[in-house]
Amino acid sequence: MGDGAGPRSDGKSKSFFAQNPSALIFIAFLAAFTLIVTLLSEAYGVGFLSTSFVKTLGKTLCLCLVALAMDLIWGYAGILSLGHMAFFALGGYMIGMWLMYARTEEIVVQALAQGGLPATPEEVSQGIATQIFGVVGSSDLPAIWAFAHSLPLQLLLALAVPGVLALVFGWLAFRSRVTGVYLSILTQAMTLALALYLFQNDSGLRGNNGLSGLQNLPGLGDASQDLVSVWFLWASALALGLGYLALAWVVSGKFGSVIRAIRDDEARVRFLGYAVETYKLFVFTLTAVIAALAGVLYYPQAGIINPAELAPIASIYLAVWVAIGGRGRLYGAVIGAAFVSLLSSLFTSGRLPDIPLGPVALNWVDWWLVILGLAFVAVTLLAPKGIGGLFDRFQHIRPPDRKGAALGPNDGALQEQEARE
Amino acid sequence: MRLTALILTALCWLVPLPALAQEAARIVDENRAMIEKPSRQTIGPVIAALAGSGDPMADDILTAWADKRLVVRKADGAMFLAVAEGEGFALTALDGTPGGTAAKADVTELKPNAGVRGLIETALVQFTLSDPDPARRAEALTSIARDPTAEALAPLRASMQAEADPALKAQKERLERFLTLRFDPDPAARVAAIESLGADTALDVRGALNPLLATRRVAVSGTPDGNVARELIPGRDLTEVEAYELLVAGGLAPARLTLEEQRAALVANIDAGSVGGVPVAALDRQAARDRAYTALEASGAVPVAATDDEAAAALAAHRFYEVYAEAEPAVTEAAAAALARIDRKVGLMQAADLGLDALSLAAIYFLAAIGLAITFGVMGVINMAHGEFITIGAYTGFVVQLFVPDYTLSILIALPLAFAVTFGAGVAMERLVIRHLYKRPLETLLATFGISIALQQILKNVFGTQARPLTAPGWLDGALVFNDVVSISYIRIAIFVLALIFLGFFLWLMKRTRLGLEVRAVTQNPAMAASMGINPDRINMLTFGLGSGIAGIAGVAIGLYAKVTSEMGADYIVQSFMTVVVGGVGNVWGTLAGATMIGSLQKVIEFLNPANTLAAQTYMILFIILFIQFRPRGIIALRGRAAGD
Repeated sequence: MGDGAGPRSDGKSKSFFAQNPSALIFIAFLAAFTLIVTLLSEAYGVGFLSTSFVKTLGKTLCLCLVALAMDLIWGYAGILSLGHMAFFALGGYMIGMWLMYARTEEIVVQALAQGGLPATPEEVSQGIATQIFGVVGSSDLPAIWAFAHSLPLQLLLALAVPGVLALVFGWLAFRSRVTGVYLSILTQAMTLALALYLFQNDSGLRGNNGLSGLQNLPGLGDASQDLVSVWFLWASALALGLGYLALAWVVSGKFGSVIRAIRDDEARVRFLGYAVETYKLFVFTLTAVIAALAGVLYYPQAGIINPAELAPIASIYLAVWVAIGGRGRLYGAVIGAAFVSLLSSLFTSGRLPDIPLGPVALNWVDWWLVILGLAFVAVTLLAPKGIGGLFDRFQHIRPPDRKGAALGPNDGALQEQEARE
Repeated sequence: MRLTALILTALCWLVPLPALAQEAARIVDENRAMIEKPSRQTIGPVIAALAGSGDPMADDILTAWADKRLVVRKADGAMFLAVAEGEGFALTALDGTPGGTAAKADVTELKPNAGVRGLIETALVQFTLSDPDPARRAEALTSIARDPTAEALAPLRASMQAEADPALKAQKERLERFLTLRFDPDPAARVAAIESLGADTALDVRGALNPLLATRRVAVSGTPDGNVARELIPGRDLTEVEAYELLVAGGLAPARLTLEEQRAALVANIDAGSVGGVPVAALDRQAARDRAYTALEASGAVPVAATDDEAAAALAAHRFYEVYAEAEPAVTEAAAAALARIDRKVGLMQAADLGLDALSLAAIYFLAAIGLAITFGVMGVINMAHGEFITIGAYTGFVVQLFVPDYTLSILIALPLAFAVTFGAGVAMERLVIRHLYKRPLETLLATFGISIALQQILKNVFGTQARPLTAPGWLDGALVFNDVVSISYIRIAIFVLALIFLGFFLWLMKRTRLGLEVRAVTQNPAMAASMGINPDRINMLTFGLGSGIAGIAGVAIGLYAKVTSEMGADYIVQSFMTVVVGGVGNVWGTLAGATMIGSLQKVIEFLNPANTLAAQTYMILFIILFIQFRPRGIIALRGRAAGD
């Protein structure tokens, strides 16, 4: 599948950038943004931006990355997945397990060392289990924590677990030709099932307490959060930049043409001899892994993860970001995610003054979701291209002017005006 | 004979007979020494004599004695019944005549010990069991049933024959059997009592049988004494740790050392950087610690504790049994057989109860999903705001109840009003948004999501986050109880009936009316329907309004038994979609089948794993995802062209 796009790009990186000028512009913007934030940060610059704001920016970059994945699966392949935030959170859970385990291990070893004897491995693991699971009334480390002691293994799991879940789920779903809104609902059900499962205390991931204290990096006890926040910003920017290039490359080749064709007319692509299900499964799994990667970078900055992060509504917001930014173009997804999520945190922060409207005051925290919901409806109805559509306007790209009623029953039939010309 | 005695006793109460009236006083007089210093071993005959005297005062004397109200006047040594009155006592002579008053210092209170008091109270049981007041007799039965004792058996049997009240008599006979099966000295009588219970599923029967089968675990090196229930194999029936604890508890093996104790012992014996010859730095392995501890054991510095090998050897040398507390094998066998019979019957009834629960849940899902089935199935439009329409319906009911205090009337107003409100909301939504998106189903889904987010937040802003009550009329309170196991609340029956009404209404509407005909025509081919003079716009609008309106009514129904919050509709939306998808799109029977399947599935999973309703939902959704694999178009799939692709 992937090799469909391979031959094009052999040694032709020049033509790739020539084809995708937006990629170069995007990378330049991202580099400039990272540099400016670094220079304004408390750790490496003038201290104009607070550490918590640097973290917010770093988290926003991760959200942009998962929005890119959403754009590939929805904007390009036409599959409205309502499960990608579940993969995102799963990635976060996996890295959170290592962060929490390693951090607790440091504390437990320190505590035991004061007891006169050097600690045995049994004592250490027992101490860790009690520390982590005391809150759900258990003192045994569940089997799924077997690899939590090792960063490389757990990183591998962070990408493999969501990847395999997406592979199995996608295989089941695409194999039985579940498409369109059915698939959306099914992915939503999967997300809900996963969230409900994690909400249980005996799920092995601390139930609704979730994993916490993830902002403390083990082994870096003396590094302040000021430094760590900037490092994560760099890592997130790097991941976003690489992810953008990789996805731009994927959608620019023949592979990109095939998945766009699947979006526009799946049956026709199938009749042309393409293994539609395999393409879809590849895109679904690839985007799940990218979402998980974004989650791996996001949750150490957020510091806490709990099952509420998997709620179906999170995946819906993801779709909202991509739709508002403009789907079917990668920079649209990034713009949408950054714009809406930053606006969201601004409006829900409670720092904006209420607007007095006669007897009642408009409280932004209460009414932001209403505004977002209605804005989203308006975008869907009036500006299907989202914010990205503005760029078309600058470039004088106009949609074909097809005024009048359709002459035939099918999509794409000649319309009155066209027939007259 | 007994009847005569009873009549005599009854007469005694009515007309105190002088001859008998002196009897109790005479007995007390004769046994004065024993009564003043009673002992549990010897006082029995005296109490029996008093109880059997037939003197109406005997009851009072015994009661007073047990309550420590029997006093001796110091001045003349006469005995009285005393009632505290102010600083002193009001006295009554033993023959019932008033005896004046006495200060506390003038009398000596008799204080029988607990054993004697127990004997007295048992003797008193027969008085209360034969009390002329049925309420007191019932009270006595309840107290015996609550705390059954062997002593209660004889008086209970004695009082049974003469019981006049048929209900109390039946109750006495039942209690007599419970006491017999536990306390009768004759095993045959006990087995007969157990067998006479048959497969009665009442809770008290199980409560009476279960103590017979109480077991305890023992560890022995040979064969166990007593009535063995079964042998326990360590590692299979009980963990090895538990087995070893039994050995320790039985004094058959030394206690095992916990890691903390070992650690503490080692720390206490650190000597110049090493413990028992092992350097402290090397003690970061369990094997090294064991070695150091063994060395300490050898030097006598710490108590001997079992190592793993010794523990294993001790386990192998002993056998473990579960032994009944009840010594008689025939009784335990009969009890086990009776409980098995009862369990089978209870199992069947639980299945019936589960069936009722599943049906009522299916009815709820059906109500929640049918509106969705109309919009999704007939129009191919996904309405993610459906859950919010359910919520709006429930809040409409809440608002109506604010103005109409009568619950019956308010619900009758709320149902059509909720329909009207959500019908209006649905029509407005169709006109403003969905109409423009008919050719873009994914975007319909997203736009309705936007509406859902906005509506939910608006409802939260207006009504607050706390749950609002929607109170059902009084006649829907309570439950239809078939027996101890099977019951169903009236609200659920009402919801079931409502679901049936809507099924009938929907079938009638689609099959028998002009509107239904036009809806079916537009579903199959809008262009052709339009050319036949049907206005597809109008039909779409009405269909969407109808689907939303039914959601409003479902909201009122759901609100009656669940709390009304702004998120309540969202809780049902996924299940509703699953119902429609599993049942098959575009067919009301499919929705019914889907609701039945999802409802029963959820109840069965909850039954198998009752502690964890969250897991139940997880497994149900997994099952549905797999089910879609085998029937992608649902249980009842449309065939031919209408199915589309």
